[in-house]
Amino acid sequence: MAHVHFPDNCLPYTQGVRQVQLAVTNYRELLIALEEKYPGIYEKLERASVAIDGQIYQDAFLEPFAPASEIYFLPRIEGG
Amino acid sequence: MAEAVDLKVVGSRPVRPDGADKVTGRAQYGADINLPNMIYGRVLRSTVAHARIKSIDTSAALKIPGVLAVVTGADFPQAESGEIGGEGGGDVADVAQNVMARNKVLYHGHAVAAVAAKSQSIAEAALAAIKVEYEKLPLVLDILEAMKPDAPLLNPNCFTKGLSEKQTKPSNIASVMTLARGNLDEGFAAADIIHESEHVIPMAHQGYIEPHACTATINEAGQATVWLCTQGHFDTRAQTAKILGCSVADLRFIATEIGGGFGGKTVVYLEPVAILLARKSGRPVKMIMTREEVFRATGPTSGSIARIKVGVKKDGKITAAKCWIAMEAGAFAGAPCGPAAMAIFAPYTIENFKVEAFDVLNNKPKVAAYRAPGAPQSMHCMEVALNEVAHKLGMDPIDLRMVNAASEGTQAPYGPKFPVIGFKECLEAAKKHPNWTKPVPAGAGRGFAVGFWFNVGMQSSAEVHINDDGTVRVVEGSPDIGGSRASMCIMAAETLGVPYERVRALVGDTESTGFCNVTGGSRTTFATGMAVVRACEDVIAQCKNRAASTWGVDADQVEWKDGKVVPKPGVNADLKPLSLAEIAAKSARTGGPISGRASLNAQGAGASFACNIVDLAVDKETGKVDVLSFTAIQDAGRAIHPAYVEGQYQGGAAQGIGWALNEEYIFNKDGVMENAGFLDYRMPVASDLPMIDTQIIEVPNPSHPYGVRGVGETGIVAPLAACSNAMRNAVGFLIPDLPLSPPRVLAAIEANG
Repeated sequence: MAHVHFPDNCLPYTQGVRQVQLAVTNYRELLIALEEKYPGIYEKLERASVAIDGQIYQDAFLEPFAPASEIYFLPRIEGG
Repeated sequence: MAEAVDLKVVGSRPVRPDGADKVTGRAQYGADINLPNMIYGRVLRSTVAHARIKSIDTSAALKIPGVLAVVTGADFPQAESGEIGGEGGGDVADVAQNVMARNKVLYHGHAVAAVAAKSQSIAEAALAAIKVEYEKLPLVLDILEAMKPDAPLLNPNCFTKGLSEKQTKPSNIASVMTLARGNLDEGFAAADIIHESEHVIPMAHQGYIEPHACTATINEAGQATVWLCTQGHFDTRAQTAKILGCSVADLRFIATEIGGGFGGKTVVYLEPVAILLARKSGRPVKMIMTREEVFRATGPTSGSIARIKVGVKKDGKITAAKCWIAMEAGAFAGAPCGPAAMAIFAPYTIENFKVEAFDVLNNKPKVAAYRAPGAPQSMHCMEVALNEVAHKLGMDPIDLRMVNAASEGTQAPYGPKFPVIGFKECLEAAKKHPNWTKPVPAGAGRGFAVGFWFNVGMQSSAEVHINDDGTVRVVEGSPDIGGSRASMCIMAAETLGVPYERVRALVGDTESTGFCNVTGGSRTTFATGMAVVRACEDVIAQCKNRAASTWGVDADQVEWKDGKVVPKPGVNADLKPLSLAEIAAKSARTGGPISGRASLNAQGAGASFACNIVDLAVDKETGKVDVLSFTAIQDAGRAIHPAYVEGQYQGGAAQGIGWALNEEYIFNKDGVMENAGFLDYRMPVASDLPMIDTQIIEVPNPSHPYGVRGVGETGIVAPLAACSNAMRNAVGFLIPDLPLSPPRVLAAIEANG
């Protein structure tokens, strides 16, 4: 079960819902499930970074989740 | 991951392989490429800061003998909105319009046309002959003025993103980033001491010593080759392809040596223009920016206004923190508000906080990344606030940080829990450092501050080829800005178990090696290094197979040890180990050349924390500030080549000190930068600074084979606040804004009696 936390810029898509739990086993499944639940959110999240259990990923795809993974979406981090 | 005691090459300090070429002039930088029949391109730039372009008449320029091509925005494909890609992303239309204006100019210096001619002087004459008719528009420069609902609008299609409701009225506020946790009111109510202040940080330039330069040539099939100084030839090729509407396959980008980038050379300015000029003229075109152009028309970093409020208990525990920060993006959206908001409180465990960060358009050049973009601006106000709180509490500023320090398992302000980090180790090192424990020189002030940067991974590729004499050639696509070639050689030598001297590294162009994202984001030693190690592991696997087949045993009966394949214990002890050279010499017989490769999206980049200690002396009659000593302590995870790591610490410190003490863009009321040169945009030179003392802390990052954390960016973050705090301790009161230049310091001293 993934515990997903949404940043403020996703709240218009989730109607203000900040957290949701979804029965998914990897990041790809998560995005599919989120788009099903909150249509349009995929486009918002496509370029987002994601923290999975503390580890930040850019362009995540098939990263697996643990039975109770904590998921946070973050802005893409541009360095210099 | 190997322990430090097991490492033979990692951690050594071989002489840099590029040094001799660079000091003798043999090294080829962006402006050093010369081709037969080459001509010279120059850009015509806007003389006004905000205007509609009514017409551009290039007819007189085209008549000048020696002028072979002229381009304007009309020569570019329609600038369609879309994702530009790369590290930070952005809108293709914005980047395209910044490369060459279409209907509007949005800042003084905005490119409006370009010419190519047989000499620089003819090109200059052609620029002067181009007639541009402008319809001037009201302009806005000040951040707060630009945020007002009735401010002159730069983009009528810009609607503020990040708010809970979709916006219908256009605004110069491109986006808002908000992070919050807990209950601010309760947190501040629980505080024994509250500090509030407002801080202005100026727009500043990356200040790379080498201006942007490129040379483009194109053949009859429309395939272009571009030599350029860049932090990322793959990413700039991709950007160029999108701007020109052509196939990536028709562009070959070759990275020259680079004289600094710091984030400012991750974007395109000249390359699409040079290609179009080459296409129109049928000749190779070289373009080099002047220093003035670099200042006026290439991304500085955002100036900002930040309002901070911090509440603490008597024991130093932070109960609440709040920051409102507005950052200027310049002509197009893209101020680093996200990282600014995420970084400001990252070093601390705070239960109640809120950050709001605003990306604000104004009639200044479009900002670009500059070393830890956003973090110096946001963390300055927090680190200054904590210094003030430490004063009020009578508490050592390092102890105050220690009370609140984040560590493994702390929930970062942006949500996830930190994996293993080295912040407390940096604080402990700072507390014990002689530059902290020694007495403060008479009349001076000592300042302390903390820095942080996330670091990134992203995509890298590497090939490792074994020559028939057993020497090693590493090919990767990361332009070498901070010594990465040597670091790749060190990691390859360590992994393969061969001497460093038998390894060479080459930065391949976009046709000759696999894709690599930019050399930036403090990612290169981490991500490209990871690719090199994986490619070496691929080589080792092949060598084991070759040796096993040579010996007539199974591959799982052999192992790699100290640069050789050896039979595992219990397997035929008479078998003599085979070295890399011996295996390579017989490679034709055993299956062909031995080459390893790896392409990856490196995940698990480890954050890097830093502490700075600075002693400043202030001449109270002139306002001049002298840096008496500066200490940069930072977690590198593992220093592959310690001298290069120290160099990054020192470079970041020098840039941060310059930003803190003197650098700023000075605009007149017409939006013209008045100090567009190194004389008046005064950066520190060698005589301005003492030797920057460094201390490398190593808390290895478990995600990298050798424990690497990126180090290139964190170093610029803390100096701004460290200098502010030192100044405060020197003069006895807080000067909230930067830079702490002599006229500003003198005015503050006089105002405070």
